[in-house]
Amino acid sequence: MIGVFSYLIFFATTASILAIAVLGLNLQWGNTGLFNGGVVAFFGAGAYGTLILGGTAQAGHLGGFGLFYPLALLGGMAAAGLMAWVVGLLTLRLRHDYLAIATFGVAVAFENLMRNAEWLAGGAKGVRGFERPLRAALGDGFIYNLFFFVVVLLILIATYMFLERLVASPFGRLLRAIREDEEAARSLGKNPARIRLMAFVTGSVILGLAGGLYGTFYAFVSPQDVLPTLTFQIWAMLIVGGAGNNRGAIFGAFLIWGAWTLSGWALSRFAPVDVQLYTGSVQFILIGSVIVGMLMWRPQGFLPERLVVSQRGKPQQTQQGE
Amino acid sequence: MADPILQVRGVTAGYVPDLPILRDVSLAVPPAQITLIIGPNGAGKSTLIKAIAGLLPVSAGQITFQGSDITGLRTDQLTAHGITYVPQTDNIFRSLTIRQNLDLALRRAGSDAPARLARLFDQFPALAAKQREKAGALSGGQRQFLAIAMALATAPQLILMDEPSAGLSPKAAQEVLEHARMLAGQGVSILLVEQNVNQALRLADHCYILAEGRNQIDGPAADLRDNKVVGEIYLGNRRVGAT
Repeated sequence: MIGVFSYLIFFATTASILAIAVLGLNLQWGNTGLFNGGVVAFFGAGAYGTLILGGTAQAGHLGGFGLFYPLALLGGMAAAGLMAWVVGLLTLRLRHDYLAIATFGVAVAFENLMRNAEWLAGGAKGVRGFERPLRAALGDGFIYNLFFFVVVLLILIATYMFLERLVASPFGRLLRAIREDEEAARSLGKNPARIRLMAFVTGSVILGLAGGLYGTFYAFVSPQDVLPTLTFQIWAMLIVGGAGNNRGAIFGAFLIWGAWTLSGWALSRFAPVDVQLYTGSVQFILIGSVIVGMLMWRPQGFLPERLVVSQRGKPQQTQQGE
Repeated sequence: MADPILQVRGVTAGYVPDLPILRDVSLAVPPAQITLIIGPNGAGKSTLIKAIAGLLPVSAGQITFQGSDITGLRTDQLTAHGITYVPQTDNIFRSLTIRQNLDLALRRAGSDAPARLARLFDQFPALAAKQREKAGALSGGQRQFLAIAMALATAPQLILMDEPSAGLSPKAAQEVLEHARMLAGQGVSILLVEQNVNQALRLADHCYILAEGRNQIDGPAADLRDNKVVGEIYLGNRRVGAT
């Protein structure tokens, strides 16, 4: 029984970390309309940044800063934000599909850099020498995982609350206005380029936070963790959950991660042996089918964007349904 | 005549470099008047207003506002100078409520925002009554009124209006144009591009006619209303300054 519970904690921790990443993407795409096709690069920058800043000295790659863990995590977030700022300055003039292609290219370049620049982050062998915070006190077992899950859950709730406030604020309305019609926003004296950049950087910092927590959970990160697959999964979570809705983003993360995990288990248990060799590919087909199905029959996702009207102190919520 | 608030001198502009739509176009907008730009399809009317609004690059010529050179300034920078552009379509944010649309436009108003909002609701009571409704649910005419109200929220001295009556019923179009007349009466200068020539000529003070990206003729709107040359320019039977 403890085994099942332990696995559920493990599952919920990973799903919660991914949910934080989906919230970051939701700010960029759901609220601002920025098609970030390089999600994994910012997630990876957070993971690599946290582990390099918080790890012990290692021969052969950058590291050994041994920062106090919260500072290392903040450093990872800052790395993601800095990268987003540079990438944003260069690419945010592009629209939709072109922005997606450019940012996808950034993610591929990031993975290749991490794979080949051994001096930077250990190359294909990944970043070594990171010890999870409070490991000495809590050990490596179930207690630690439970503790870490609680920490991740609290961070997920804090991120959700921050974004809910942001979306309901005048700045959030401005993001939606720019998503809807940049020219009209400009005619009212708004500078869409600056605001798009702010949203892109903020979303990427949240992606970096998720990456930092992911790297912490596994105490390791390598180029295998920053493959385009993860971008694909995080996008699937947002589309299925409901772009523009933070609750939808979290729901989508748990749903898709659950479906991914369950399909892997089911294939390994029930599929013929020769099919099991292709479990990963079959999972991709299944998830891809779910995305296509959602886009055809429920493009707004399970939890569609809500319009939050706040006047005279009394919030009222209605469905958007354009 | 008072000094023009906006002066366009010899402007050449277009969407693609080296392929100008406008060639050497000039006009002047006097304060607190409606200056109308008309012309056949493809004359460059919307291109001209977009070039003035900072949405298209100006490759030659100069645009001045109250004596200051504003050539090449971005649309959002022009708003700070007192010029607001109202696009022809997609000029409101449909997923936001009417109130949120106005709040967005009032963001720079600071402490003056509540008073300005109250004035706008006095001026547009239909918007006040529906302030909590989504802007996307408004009729075409009401959307134009919301767009005008949003422009007014920025406290402009000059409003650039690109075909505000496009797609409206004759009655709604008349109401929108009459509202423009009222704004001019309140001291706001208006540069208006219109396809609805007869109605617009009745309301405007001065009119410029463009064809093939060039100035053709201009004069007091009342004089041009019965001018046969206007019809000839529209039918393509007459051109001034074409190469």
